[in-house]
Amino acid sequence: MSIYYIHQDQKRCIGCYACEVHCKTKNNIPVGPRFCRIIPVGPKMIRDIPRQQFIFMPCFHCEQPWCTKACPTGAMQKRSKDGIVFVEQSLCVGCKSCITACPWGVPQWNQETGKVLKCDYCKDRVDKGLKPACVTKCTAHSLKWISAAEASALKREKFAKAITEF
Amino acid sequence: MGETSSVYSMCGMCAVRCPIKVEVEDGVVKWIEGNPHVPGIEGSLCAKGSAGIAFEYDTERPQHPMIREGARGSGKWKKATWDEALDYIAEKLKKITEKYGAKAIALADRSGPFTDLTKSFVKALGSPNYLDHDDTCAKNVNIACQTLFGYGRGELGYDFANTKHIVLYGRNVFESLQVKEVNNILDALDAGAKITYIDCRATVTASKADRFLMIRPGTDYALNLALIHVILKERLYDVDFVNKWVTGLTELESFIVPYTPEWAEKETGISAQEIINLARDLSDAKPKVIFHGGWMLARYLDSFYSSRSIYILNTLMGSIETKGGLIIAKGPKDAGAKPLKSIGDKIPEVKDKIVDADMPNKSLGTGHIVNLYKAIKTGQPYPVKAFFAYRYDPMASLPDPEAQKKVLDNLDLLVSIDVNYSETGWYSDVILPEATYLERSNIIATQKGPKPGFIMRRQAIPPRYDSKPAWEIFTLIVERMGVGQYFPYKSIEDIWNYQLESTGVKIEDFNAKGSVGLSKDPILMGRNDLKFKTPSGKIEFVSQTLTKNKFDSFKAYVTPKKPEKGAFRLTFGRSGVHAHAQSQNNIYLNELISENVLWMNEKEAKDLGIKDGDKVEVSADGYSGKIKAKVTPLIHPEAVFMLHGFGNEIPPKTRSYKKGLRDTKFETGLLETIDPVGGGVAYLECMVGVKKA
Repeated sequence: MSIYYIHQDQKRCIGCYACEVHCKTKNNIPVGPRFCRIIPVGPKMIRDIPRQQFIFMPCFHCEQPWCTKACPTGAMQKRSKDGIVFVEQSLCVGCKSCITACPWGVPQWNQETGKVLKCDYCKDRVDKGLKPACVTKCTAHSLKWISAAEASALKREKFAKAITEF
Repeated sequence: MGETSSVYSMCGMCAVRCPIKVEVEDGVVKWIEGNPHVPGIEGSLCAKGSAGIAFEYDTERPQHPMIREGARGSGKWKKATWDEALDYIAEKLKKITEKYGAKAIALADRSGPFTDLTKSFVKALGSPNYLDHDDTCAKNVNIACQTLFGYGRGELGYDFANTKHIVLYGRNVFESLQVKEVNNILDALDAGAKITYIDCRATVTASKADRFLMIRPGTDYALNLALIHVILKERLYDVDFVNKWVTGLTELESFIVPYTPEWAEKETGISAQEIINLARDLSDAKPKVIFHGGWMLARYLDSFYSSRSIYILNTLMGSIETKGGLIIAKGPKDAGAKPLKSIGDKIPEVKDKIVDADMPNKSLGTGHIVNLYKAIKTGQPYPVKAFFAYRYDPMASLPDPEAQKKVLDNLDLLVSIDVNYSETGWYSDVILPEATYLERSNIIATQKGPKPGFIMRRQAIPPRYDSKPAWEIFTLIVERMGVGQYFPYKSIEDIWNYQLESTGVKIEDFNAKGSVGLSKDPILMGRNDLKFKTPSGKIEFVSQTLTKNKFDSFKAYVTPKKPEKGAFRLTFGRSGVHAHAQSQNNIYLNELISENVLWMNEKEAKDLGIKDGDKVEVSADGYSGKIKAKVTPLIHPEAVFMLHGFGNEIPPKTRSYKKGLRDTKFETGLLETIDPVGGGVAYLECMVGVKKA
């Protein structure tokens, strides 16, 4: 897995789909492919409240990506310095092996070019010390750009707070 | 990479106008984010705001002035230069003024912080007829608020960040969203605040609530009366505050006697015990309690009294001008600063009265758009023959577009000034394309609130098409009408310098953050030193204004109509993705939601043989249309719901053309159906038939 992680605070996510549009405008993606998705789940009645969750699905940037292994041309690559998985457009032949291989449905088909596109965590921004578009502009500050280690610490902290009442 | 620049400005994708930062590379807008300096924003931007780039680079918007060639609405246009279009308008205006007087010219917009320009334009032409859209939005709320406090609803801000309990009546804060408000409310929830959400439909806001009360549509007022009943009976109110600041408590006490929780249960479907519990919980949290008075509350015939009862509840909780409650907005003067100068100061006062000043049997206040339509239709009290719709689309927002066409046909001149092709624009005589919010600067706006200030919308790139900013359009018309001395401005900087003249603030002061604050800390009046702008200086439960105008302060409850079998009350609302009827054609927003669906209750659907995803025919009084059904237990059986703003009928907007249905088309015969006191349109007095298509 890349050294980065996007943490989604479910309590703050309002399912507004802004992250998807932030991504599309930043990466200038045509209609069709989506690098990240908000998947609404529910509503389900829990103690008389119609609870809904909105699950944020970017690329997980796996440590051992299915997509890079499946790619016959070396277009799908993992950056050695931080583990970001991305497509080198000039090498992609549009064989769609990565689409078949990825268990999460992350690689996206670009009808206009006949090549695959995918989330690269906005690596050009990351290289400038900035955060990906989806995180930077998240309407509700639900998405956080942290390391995988920080993510587990954050989760523990939240859990501890949630079970404690004064 | 070539030349880059960045500018602080204000979004224009909806009427919230969030502060933004725009980054430009080689003359192309590459990045828009929420203004990082503004608390509650800090980079955040909603989907619509981000899609501003797609809007800017869209070709499906007006690209040059257009003069109508065929019949109104026929879609036959002549491409015009600005000189041709403005000369055409001026010639018509001169003829109209000659025959009917300048008062026969009207302009309506969607209100907001830049109206000094539009009001001054109308004044310069010599007409009293500046109106806004508020009959279709917050008019009931605004007037209800004024009758209690003497302040309009915009002058009572909500201190969500510090509150303990928020009560929302169909105010779907997480979908019909304002970014700053969303974050303030989420921060409050993180700190342990509660939300009680009351609606006839389960929205995203309901999903975040601590209490969701599914209410029978049209009975909010009954719920409020019962809450007041419990609060007074159990003395759950802030006694000190009410004794000190309220007039008319005794009258309220005797009025409220019959409105017991048990009575309200039968009206609302919410159990009496639930109502009692809610009243007690709220009292425990007082005064850090916010009952949201309503944003868009043009809904029912009693929405004025419903909103008024909400503000009475706030008062009973003592939550006025206190942390975590409702805080009276402060202006520059309250911060010891000088206000902006008004463009209109240099223009002589208009002697004629606004068109609805003396209309018989009228609702409170003046400037009601519904009354303008009446005057256009009847010629009474005097004819109105020219109508400018400035970034305003009444044909998409007021009920019954077909009835509206008949009214508008009485006009000699209908002009639409907009960045979009609007339904009204398509029916008008001239379309003047305004430069987009990324292509124009606006006049400086005052931000009233606990921390008042000034804010600026600043041009990021030159107009991509043959369009102009509003200030220039209005200046050019005023010049052609021979009164150019009232708009002696050659650039937006001329106007800014004039506005700022006595403030001590300079244009360059806006460079650092996009706004200029006038107070470091929030300004709060002392608890014993409150000022209300009512005739008595108190919070008037019994309102002198209402009494003077022969309206009740407390209105007996009338139970709403129950739809017949197979018929439903048509309700409508917003998602977080679209703004009114103006964004459905945006490539990215259209990709997210391209058509609306009809929410209907699962039991009712079953009775009608309708399954989730089936196409259904929705009909009302000779109009019908087809749409997919979303069958759910999470809407009240008496109601159906659709998102507002779909069903565009303007061919150049190809992505949204004829996609989905438009709620206002079903509201046949409702153009003059208004709340009799507040004047807000009673949109939800609309019953539709639904059957499987």
